[in-house]
Amino acid sequence: MAEPIPRRLSGWGRTQSVRAEVVAPTTAAEVASWLSDPKIHGGVIARGLGRSYGDPAQVAGGLVLDLVHLNHLGPIGEGGSITVGGGASLDALISSVLPKGYFTPVSPGTRQVSIGGAIAADIHGKNHHREGSFCSHVTSMTLATPTGIMTVSPTSNPELFWATAGGMGLTGVVLEATISLLEVPSGLVTVDTDRFEDLDALMAEMVGGDDRYRYSVAWVDCMAPGARLGRSVLTRGDHAPSGLTDGSVGPLPKPAKLAVPFQAPSGLLNRASITAFNEAFYRRAPKHKVGELQRLSSFFHPLDGVANWNLLYGNRGFLQYQFVVPDHAAETVRLVIDHLSGAKIPGFLAVLKRFGPGDPGPLSFPMAGWTLAIDVPIGPPSLPRLLDRLDDLVAEAGGRIYLAKDARLRPELVEVMYPELDRFRKVKAEVDPNGVLTSDLARRLNLVEGTR
Amino acid sequence: MRDAFGQPQRIVVLGGTSELALAVLHAMALDRVQCIVLAGRNEDALARAQAALLGAGAAAVQIVHLEATAPERASEVIAACVEAAGGQVDLVLVAVGMLGSQGDFDDDPAATAEAITVNLTWPAAALAALRPRLVAQGYGRVVVFSSVAGVRVRRANATYGATKAGLDGFALGYAESVRDAGVVVQVVRPGFVATKMTTGLTPPPMSTTPEVVAKIVVEAMAGTDLVVYAPRVLRPVFSIFKLLPQAVWRKLPG
Ligand SMILES: Cc1cc2nc3c(=O)[nH]c(=O)nc-3n(C[C@H](O)[C@H](O)[C@H](O)COP(=O)(O)OP(=O)(O)OC[C@H]3O[C@@H](n4cnc5c(N)ncnc54)[C@H](O)[C@@H]3O)c2cc1C
Repeated sequence: MAEPIPRRLSGWGRTQSVRAEVVAPTTAAEVASWLSDPKIHGGVIARGLGRSYGDPAQVAGGLVLDLVHLNHLGPIGEGGSITVGGGASLDALISSVLPKGYFTPVSPGTRQVSIGGAIAADIHGKNHHREGSFCSHVTSMTLATPTGIMTVSPTSNPELFWATAGGMGLTGVVLEATISLLEVPSGLVTVDTDRFEDLDALMAEMVGGDDRYRYSVAWVDCMAPGARLGRSVLTRGDHAPSGLTDGSVGPLPKPAKLAVPFQAPSGLLNRASITAFNEAFYRRAPKHKVGELQRLSSFFHPLDGVANWNLLYGNRGFLQYQFVVPDHAAETVRLVIDHLSGAKIPGFLAVLKRFGPGDPGPLSFPMAGWTLAIDVPIGPPSLPRLLDRLDDLVAEAGGRIYLAKDARLRPELVEVMYPELDRFRKVKAEVDPNGVLTSDLARRLNLVEGTR
Repeated sequence: MRDAFGQPQRIVVLGGTSELALAVLHAMALDRVQCIVLAGRNEDALARAQAALLGAGAAAVQIVHLEATAPERASEVIAACVEAAGGQVDLVLVAVGMLGSQGDFDDDPAATAEAITVNLTWPAAALAALRPRLVAQGYGRVVVFSSVAGVRVRRANATYGATKAGLDGFALGYAESVRDAGVVVQVVRPGFVATKMTTGLTPPPMSTTPEVVAKIVVEAMAGTDLVVYAPRVLRPVFSIFKLLPQAVWRKLPG
């Protein structure tokens, strides 16, 4: 059994660096033995590829299980079902199944997330309005919990299954999961693009037209002031039929060609440079274009072309603010953008998307409505209070903040935003009565009663 | 835990009646703080500080008794503080200290020894008692209140200056020793601050107030600067002062 080594860890936003012991188990039994090791006092948590922004995949002073070695990929079975290791990346999964005509049922903005991370955050993609989030496509999973290894499904143990969906790793370590792949006719996507000068026009089109597309997402400029507030580019599409290509699935995603070699000075990404970027992005987009063929990678994962782009934000790091509000609170989206633009917070284009109904996970983020996500550098002194204000607006509207992105929410708002938190806590207490599984996120937000 | 802005949730103040430390607390987002532990000696002053902090939005303020003339008991005080904070501490302010008047120290061995105990021996012992806990928790921030008086010791406050010189040096070395554990140590060197400690003294040029120092410290706590001067202008000023020949230094006013 490998020995843990002390390491400095932080999330993708690089804001809360801590030291923890890190070990990479090679077998399920090894994972289980770490969870039952009485010598571990500082808590244990699983870590996938560290793409969550804040502090869920670390536990300061505790033990972090790096799941890289649990990365097996099974054969594709009946109806596109596949069993994969909790540490396998979506990148590896896509590369292996695409040549056989399959794709991941839900794809986030980067391929560099693990199956365990995808389940723990119950991630969503551009198809949420039609096909729901990741765990809706998981048919069973095997968990290592402090009370033993168990296999759960939405029918055999719905409480534990759904508490794990979005449960941020606190109910057990996902050793493997069986998921239903999406059968695709090609490796390309046909994309329609539309540009909008303001938010109302964009939102009206999304409400009216999104259902015609499997995939839909809009990029909104949250820095453009006044009449140009909310100018945006909407891209929607579906997998291209095989007739449009030569019959093969087309090109596989390629590894990143560029990499940011070192941390940039803080302040490189400032108001001026970000405004210029947003302006160029908007200008470059066509006003209206239909049927453009794009590779899967450029449609789903444009940022993966540059490795370690998070280093561009310098040593203070950055955070992503992502919330969802129900359909009837569409006005809150405008209010939030108003606030961001009014406070002159430098933020890259925000992503706006419509969600379909949520799944039963008590901590699962998506709910029917609107979600907006924006990256902002740490630095503006008004930022902490501004985001607090936005949280209030979101909470009042009956919405919530995405825990996989959070690094600063007030703990008292969690139960307002996730009214079923107690249901989660109950399941957690059953599988982990001594509170072995914990994380900096859990401690910061008091997610688990009794964890400090 | 701290958040992405470095905002702490659990704070321990050693020297819980220190005007500087309390000004720092009041300059922070107190509504975000879950627990503050004030360790000090003067119970009335502690109770007043507690009430003020609760009034300003802190969720809970605990009091722990601290006797800085008894360094042999520093580790008990630290244990009590950490426990009162809930086992984890995001921020420790080290603000134990006394000024005294040089005339009273000059010919008095007992008073001199006591000043050194209170200002240097106790805080250093407390930091030593904290060290394994901070290292084990894998993160945290310690802000040590030093003074420009320790940067170059002068006749007018030789004893006080010497204790701060000692504490300052200790803290700088300590900072290196916990760095790899993810713990940030910051040494604050205020200039002459008009507080109850200095009533009766004539403020020299560039003197400042607890509020100004607090603002600078809170800003510094968003980063990792090892040495923080307050006001900031004292950094260049003291880099020159350090180089002055003793004959010139001796004649400077204040
Ligand atoms: C550029 C970028 C784009 C993104 N786009 C999207 C998007 O479109 N939609 C979306 O929903 N999210 C998106 N995300 C967020 C990301 O999908 C989630 O944070 C995801 O959880 C990251 O997976 P990971 O493997 O990196 O997990 P980590 O960040 O390592 O861990 C995240 C959580 O998962 C838990 N976990 C990890 N592995 C396991 C396991 N085997 N068993 C149990 N728990 C485990 C951890 O304990 C932690 O709580 C994006 C992130 C980035 C950086």
